[in-house]
Amino acid sequence: MTADRAPDTAPVLDVRDLSVRFRMRGGNDIAAVSGARFSVAPGECLALVGESGCGKSVLASALLGLLPANAATTGSAVLGGDTDLLTAGERTLARTVRGRRIGLVPQSPAAHLTPVRTVRAQLEEALRELTGVRGSDLPKAALAAAARASFPEGHLDRYPHELSGGLAQRAATALALIGDAPLLLADEPTTGLDRDLVERTVDELRRHTDTGRALLIITHDLAAAERVADRVAVMYAGRIVEIADAEDFFQAPGPRHPYARGLLAALPERDFAPIPGMPPELGALPEGCAFAARCGHADDRCTAERPAFRADLACHHAPTGRTHPLKEAADA
Amino acid sequence: MLELTRITAGYDRRDPVVREVSLSVAAGEAVGLLGPSGCGKSTLARVAALLHRPDAGTMTLDGAVVRGWRHRAPREQRTAVGVVFQQPRLSADPRIGLRELIAQPLRATGRRREVPERVAELARLVGLSDELLERRPHAVSDGQLQRACLARALVLRPRLLICDEMTAMLDASTTAALVAVVERYRAESGAALLAVGHDRVLLERWCDRTVRWGEHHAEHAPTG
Ligand code: SF4
Repeated sequence: MTADRAPDTAPVLDVRDLSVRFRMRGGNDIAAVSGARFSVAPGECLALVGESGCGKSVLASALLGLLPANAATTGSAVLGGDTDLLTAGERTLARTVRGRRIGLVPQSPAAHLTPVRTVRAQLEEALRELTGVRGSDLPKAALAAAARASFPEGHLDRYPHELSGGLAQRAATALALIGDAPLLLADEPTTGLDRDLVERTVDELRRHTDTGRALLIITHDLAAAERVADRVAVMYAGRIVEIADAEDFFQAPGPRHPYARGLLAALPERDFAPIPGMPPELGALPEGCAFAARCGHADDRCTAERPAFRADLACHHAPTGRTHPLKEAADA
Repeated sequence: MLELTRITAGYDRRDPVVREVSLSVAAGEAVGLLGPSGCGKSTLARVAALLHRPDAGTMTLDGAVVRGWRHRAPREQRTAVGVVFQQPRLSADPRIGLRELIAQPLRATGRRREVPERVAELARLVGLSDELLERRPHAVSDGQLQRACLARALVLRPRLLICDEMTAMLDASTTAALVAVVERYRAESGAALLAVGHDRVLLERWCDRTVRWGEHHAEHAPTG
């Protein structure tokens, strides 16, 4: 099975060996993200899944240049072939990247929207700022922007607190789409939403990849990931442990990494059986594989040596019998 | 075990979010209450947990009519019900460590001598290490904090456990782990469960029966 993911176009986002460390008082560093490597192509949706605290939101913050001052990054995250997000500097990120080249669909839209201004006012302001539309053209442009995210016209004069969770999410999505950014980054966009709203939200996000946008969705909701993603990247204890074609992953032959297999098996529609134990602390990662203490396949090698990320997998004992794309492993 | 009859409740008497809702949970039974967010099911859960006084209707616990809510609830009734909410960070005092958090209900009911043994027992059950027990809420993950909140809800050995969207913020494995803890506790104690949520697949897998919000409305149409 080969990955039918990659059109021959250059990736919108190309992340190489991205690591984020937080320097803590007392000298105890936290390795929030280690050696993350993945790319997202135009028109493609990559879902980055993992439990809370696995580093996926830190990774998103790193891409947006929104890390706190005690964070240090290494590696690269090249946007559109020309801008390394890790070294670009706040001025560039604020002026040319956030909103313009990366549209952010936030985790809690209600908190992201400005509480004292109506949705219409916020859309118009974003349009002025990001597209240069002015004056008498603004009202029409705002209507169009709302329509793109299926935000109902009749609710444009409402304030954020007057919106339901679903409408607040659409308002936030409408804002994220205004700059026509080639990359949409959605950070836990479905947290706290009901199932049907989850489905509608991810379907709408998905729709925006049809026009060639890339979508990176960060979520702990596997059902949402299954519905929306072309490929899945699984993160555990700060590392990406597997990248797979979504269909292979969620259907047959299933995930290859033991953690990913455990995570899927834990779903109530599957075995509903938890993975024993808890993830290690990011400030005290073990020598070897971070999953070894919870893994049924762990042996001496696993506890002694950290498995490298090769052929889209970080495991010493990968199940065999499949050939896998070596795309992410080109320089492993 | 729990009988809610024609409960009307809310935050504005003219516009209650719960209208004439009836629901019962038999001793030892696990009932799922399924509904979309904002439908009022959490308010009903708070009524059942003795945390919110309804405007109308009756509630019985173990056959005894409930006459007071919150601090007006008699201790025997308050201690018979354990409750876990969706957002552990809103319900956990940020100033105290997890060990204290779990022990609080014991102290509040004058049973401090049971603290060391009972907390150790529950920490084992929910999978929290000694080291994690010493930490404050900000220093643990959502999943770890929710484990502590569940332990706290079980510390007085309730005969009824109410889980209001307990796992909505959690990943699949932590969800399965917490549900397994609840079920182990129920298997050995015979406690009943009211699990409130919006995830049909989860509630149907977890509970003996699942009631949809709105179904009980139809059965108990207002009579004016
Ligand atoms: S490297 Fe070893 S311990 Fe880690 S996931 Fe693979 S088999 Fe399990």
